[in-house]
Amino acid sequence: MRSDRGQSAPLGLKIAATVGLLFLHLPILLIFVYAFTTEEKSFVWPPPGLTTQWFAVTWNRPDVWQALSLSVRVAAISTVIALVLGTLCAAAVSRTKFFGRETISLLVILPIALPGIITGIALRSAFSLAEIPFSFWTIVLGHATFCVVVVYNNAVARFRRTSGSMIEASMDLGADGFQTFRHVVLPNIATALLAGGMLAFALSFDEVIVTTFTAGQQQTVPIWMLEELIRPRQRPVTNVVAMVVVLVTLLPILLAYYLTRDGDQIAGSGK
Amino acid sequence: MTTAALNSSPAPAILPGSGGLRGALSDLFWRRPLFLLLLMLLPPVLWLGIVYIGSLFALLLQSFFSIDEFSGLINREFTLKTYGDLLQAANLDIILRTVTMAALVTLASAIIAFPIAYYAARYARGRWKALFYLGVMLPLWSSYLVKIYAWKLILAKEGILTWLLAKLNLLWLLDAWLSLPVVGGNSLSVSASGTFIVFVYVWLPFMILPVQAALERVPGNLVEASSDLGASPGQTFRNVLFPLALPGIVAGSIFTFSLTLGDYIIPQIIGTSRLFIGQAVYSQQGTAGNIPLAAAFTVVPIVIMGFYLWGAKRMGAFDAL
Repeated sequence: MRSDRGQSAPLGLKIAATVGLLFLHLPILLIFVYAFTTEEKSFVWPPPGLTTQWFAVTWNRPDVWQALSLSVRVAAISTVIALVLGTLCAAAVSRTKFFGRETISLLVILPIALPGIITGIALRSAFSLAEIPFSFWTIVLGHATFCVVVVYNNAVARFRRTSGSMIEASMDLGADGFQTFRHVVLPNIATALLAGGMLAFALSFDEVIVTTFTAGQQQTVPIWMLEELIRPRQRPVTNVVAMVVVLVTLLPILLAYYLTRDGDQIAGSGK
Repeated sequence: MTTAALNSSPAPAILPGSGGLRGALSDLFWRRPLFLLLLMLLPPVLWLGIVYIGSLFALLLQSFFSIDEFSGLINREFTLKTYGDLLQAANLDIILRTVTMAALVTLASAIIAFPIAYYAARYARGRWKALFYLGVMLPLWSSYLVKIYAWKLILAKEGILTWLLAKLNLLWLLDAWLSLPVVGGNSLSVSASGTFIVFVYVWLPFMILPVQAALERVPGNLVEASSDLGASPGQTFRNVLFPLALPGIVAGSIFTFSLTLGDYIIPQIIGTSRLFIGQAVYSQQGTAGNIPLAAAFTVVPIVIMGFYLWGAKRMGAFDAL
């Protein structure tokens, strides 16, 4: 579609596209306004007044900090596991053609292709059959499983771009397998892995459906928010947490985008 | 020093092993690539195989158990009784409601997604293209719960939508809509229309991306040729663009359909008290403690998605992913 450079779009299309994009973005922006409202009991619009006091209130809430700390620890460890498993899988699938290769990619994609509730209840029923009590590690087990695919997608896209002859050249020049990996393969895939890791972190940090089945009584940030949505205790605190969550997830996404923008077409379209 | 030394002992044609454990391993990997492949595949396959497939299997197994109605204990013997329970009218009602919602959400997402995807694919260039990409990517990755929360703010009776409609003197329209039997309710945030809007909003980016990918592959001169040959824009859309975009739409619909089928949080927070499949699963395994029935319930979306994926594959949707 290079021939129509400079041609401008019909007005109707412009309007429909703009309205669509506004529909996607305005609700999120609204969160930022509500974080400053003075209203405590309802969602009244326009806000009767603006204040920053709820940031201080939220700062002093131990339950918020606990949830945040649990979420960050879970996301960090799940990301590390996903990075190792996803990269190994991507390397194997993209380097060689072997019997069952399609099955492997299906296996990796399945945890996000099937609705989250299925992953969740499947894990839960496995835990109950095997009599494993809920713990930090049961959450990690679930999260790492669906984070693998994000790392895998990014790594596969990069491996596809990296020419195999570079590895052969390195071996010809006398490097052993480990040196080749350290000096040739790793620098080539590093940014893709970083991007995949960021996306995996964001995915895990935000996950709620699987987590409700694997967390037991523990509260991650999304579970905390879910509780507040179902049984609101202090709405302004929820508003502030919502705003912070938006910021915390957006930064890794933007970074991931800048790390992979030239070439790999899929920085995170595999959510 | 070196020339003489080198000349006296020419390098052997086959180098000796590089020595040490590390060298030995490196040589082994080089000589037996299959071994390396196996070693690389083992951890991910073991993890996914045991944790994920194992769990799915456990789930499937549970759906053939039954619950003892008097003691509430799970009877671990093979039976089809739970599937019989699944076919009760109330449960079929839940399944039908969920599938209808999923179909409507998919249709609406396709309609809203198409102009955005088409503009991004055909007209947006350079900076704008990046902006469009981020414009879809950021909402896609924003926190799922925050997005739902934002709509709770918007759809609340005292919220911004009511305020806006009041300013435009259109409140009567909202009231008329809310007084309708199935789609209406006390306010939008406790009505089926509210659930529908939020579903469309949350899954829309999943539809835009594959449609855009499909449209990127349509050569621009195809559209020009069509209009040169006298087709109206409507005809061009029907006969050229739409058929070529269809695999992308089907690919996107896999997400919107599957995600709506399995979601239980959106209808719980915004919507009526009528259950969706996800909520039924959640309440069966939680409060009711009937894991076999919950397991049987999850088999429904798996089967529906199985057929859906099979059909999508035949339409070539996977090439558009």
